[in-house]
Amino acid sequence: MLKVDSEKCIGCGVCEDQCAFGAITVEDGCAVVGDTCTLCGSCVDACEAGALRIEEAESGRGTVDLSQWQGIWVFAEFRHGVVAPVTHELLGVGRRLADQRGVPLSAVLPGSGVRGECDALIAAGADTVYLVDDPALARYREDVYGRVLEDLIRCYRPEVVLAGATAIGRSVIPQVATRLGAGLTADCTGLDIRPEDGTLLQTRPAFGGNIMATIECPDTRPQMATVRPKVMAPLEPDPARTGQVVEVEIDAGLLESRVEVLETVVSEAEQVNIQEVEVLVAGGRGVEGEKGFALIRELAEELGGAVAASRAAVDSGWISYPHQVGQTGKTVCPKLYIACGISGAVQHAVGMQSAEVVVAINRDADAPIFDIATYGLVGDLFEVVPLLAKKIQERKK
Amino acid sequence: MELLVCIKQVPDAKDVRLDPKTNTLARDGVESIMNPFDRHALEEAVRIREEQGGTVTALSMGPPQAEEVLREAIACGADRGVLVSDRAFAGADTWATSYTLARAIETLGSFDLILCGKQAIDGDTAQVGPGLASRMNLPYVTCVQKRRQVDDTGIEVERMMDDGYDVVRLPLPALLTVVKDINEPRVPSLKGKMKARKAEIPVLSAADIGAEKECIGLAGSPTRVVNVFSPEPRGDRKIFTGTAEEQVDQLIEHLRDYL
Repeated sequence: MLKVDSEKCIGCGVCEDQCAFGAITVEDGCAVVGDTCTLCGSCVDACEAGALRIEEAESGRGTVDLSQWQGIWVFAEFRHGVVAPVTHELLGVGRRLADQRGVPLSAVLPGSGVRGECDALIAAGADTVYLVDDPALARYREDVYGRVLEDLIRCYRPEVVLAGATAIGRSVIPQVATRLGAGLTADCTGLDIRPEDGTLLQTRPAFGGNIMATIECPDTRPQMATVRPKVMAPLEPDPARTGQVVEVEIDAGLLESRVEVLETVVSEAEQVNIQEVEVLVAGGRGVEGEKGFALIRELAEELGGAVAASRAAVDSGWISYPHQVGQTGKTVCPKLYIACGISGAVQHAVGMQSAEVVVAINRDADAPIFDIATYGLVGDLFEVVPLLAKKIQERKK
Repeated sequence: MELLVCIKQVPDAKDVRLDPKTNTLARDGVESIMNPFDRHALEEAVRIREEQGGTVTALSMGPPQAEEVLREAIACGADRGVLVSDRAFAGADTWATSYTLARAIETLGSFDLILCGKQAIDGDTAQVGPGLASRMNLPYVTCVQKRRQVDDTGIEVERMMDDGYDVVRLPLPALLTVVKDINEPRVPSLKGKMKARKAEIPVLSAADIGAEKECIGLAGSPTRVVNVFSPEPRGDRKIFTGTAEEQVDQLIEHLRDYL
């Protein structure tokens, strides 16, 4: 419960302004808390009079012995013959966390025929690879992968488990966290660890990136987090690094599945995952059709990037849904995002505003996209985009 | 077929705007809407009922005003709406939320298929669907983009992956989370709206669902938000002027490090 000390409250209204949920109103010179309060605590920090505090009910979880849990783990995601690039990024940040805390870093690699990947994981920073190589793991199935991870975590007790915020990571990890009674933070963009007690400080965007929140799991282990691709930097692979491979036998019962994968379709158009590239060129309503998207595609190719789109372009059928960026599409954070003919409604902005550099090309100088752009070009995209592609090509020569 | 859809009431993003000067959230006049992904889950449930018969129950956890989205769900084809609401649920993270929803569903009866949106647009975690499935020990599939087939024994769907899709078959009962590609939701009919207006929306409290105190609300949440802050504003912003060529030249100059 959020409690207001009416003696201390001066009715200044700072908490009312601070609350992102509209849960506080000042009535008769005193703050009143409504039903929409989520106990996020931002008002408590903002209150200069010290009139607000969060009163917790007795928690039933103070009994976990945190010291029993040690080490940093990374879920190594393997699909269609390759380890997902995000795995190496996670080993990069995991290495830093492990060194700060003075504990080992391990990768857990479930799959079939994945033995050959262990060395690369060690070169990327892992001290230990827990290898689970079984034909039953050839295809991703929620229940089997979930049980294997849960079983290993219960057995080896890592204090932190990191996974990519990919289709697979976001599907399997919540299941594991639920059964372990562990805290899980989705889509972290920043991770730090307090060396003294091992608390993982997990920072993530909330409200589509309009605010950032730092989250902790004070009483539970492991502390679990998913991290978006391209947010963390991988280490330079070091083939001289040494590490240990621990092959784990899994109880056959855990490998039985209720899920049957009948077919796996790799789509030509989707081979480039827009969440994993460094440059995106995106088209919106202003691109006007498939012909316009050909220009977008040419520019993307010139830049070695991929094509993204706004919801308007996807709904018009000019490009398929996996390319959609925004609230009902994907969230991306490339180094460079070039928005062409996209007005920049907040539904789109929330999916791309964490890009390092945003370039907006739009006819309408008042379009909201210019409010979030690093660089803005006011003009006709049908003129600007080909010109930009041409000049970049010339530059390369 | 007994179908249940989980629905969340969320702030309408089009009203949530960032004040570019102060970089804080401007939330004046923010309206609440049905989470867009849940709308697709509801539509799919209604379509399955239309093909197979049965009932569609819409379930929401939230403050008393979340009743509005349940009425809207009825207007869009749900047979009934049930609200789980209690001040004791405040501060629930996804762990406590999946617990609460699971207890509520078990209180309501048994269902052949539970549908959820892929994620809610205010939290974007995509954790409650899989969490709910594991609490109820149901097989599940996330990010379903197409339903191929469903009958009493099982369901065959396409699961969207990062590089294409998988075709997956599950026995029933099961849980699915859906993306917006799965269907085009209908607009409420006049008849549906009238039904929605008259509908009784039962409210279940923590006691009604037999929830254990230490598993709900803030006390039941392993995660704690310890700090909320505004992201750093973008430095060095520039809107170029001049002819298209002049603007492109300036851009290339500024983008040197990225080309």
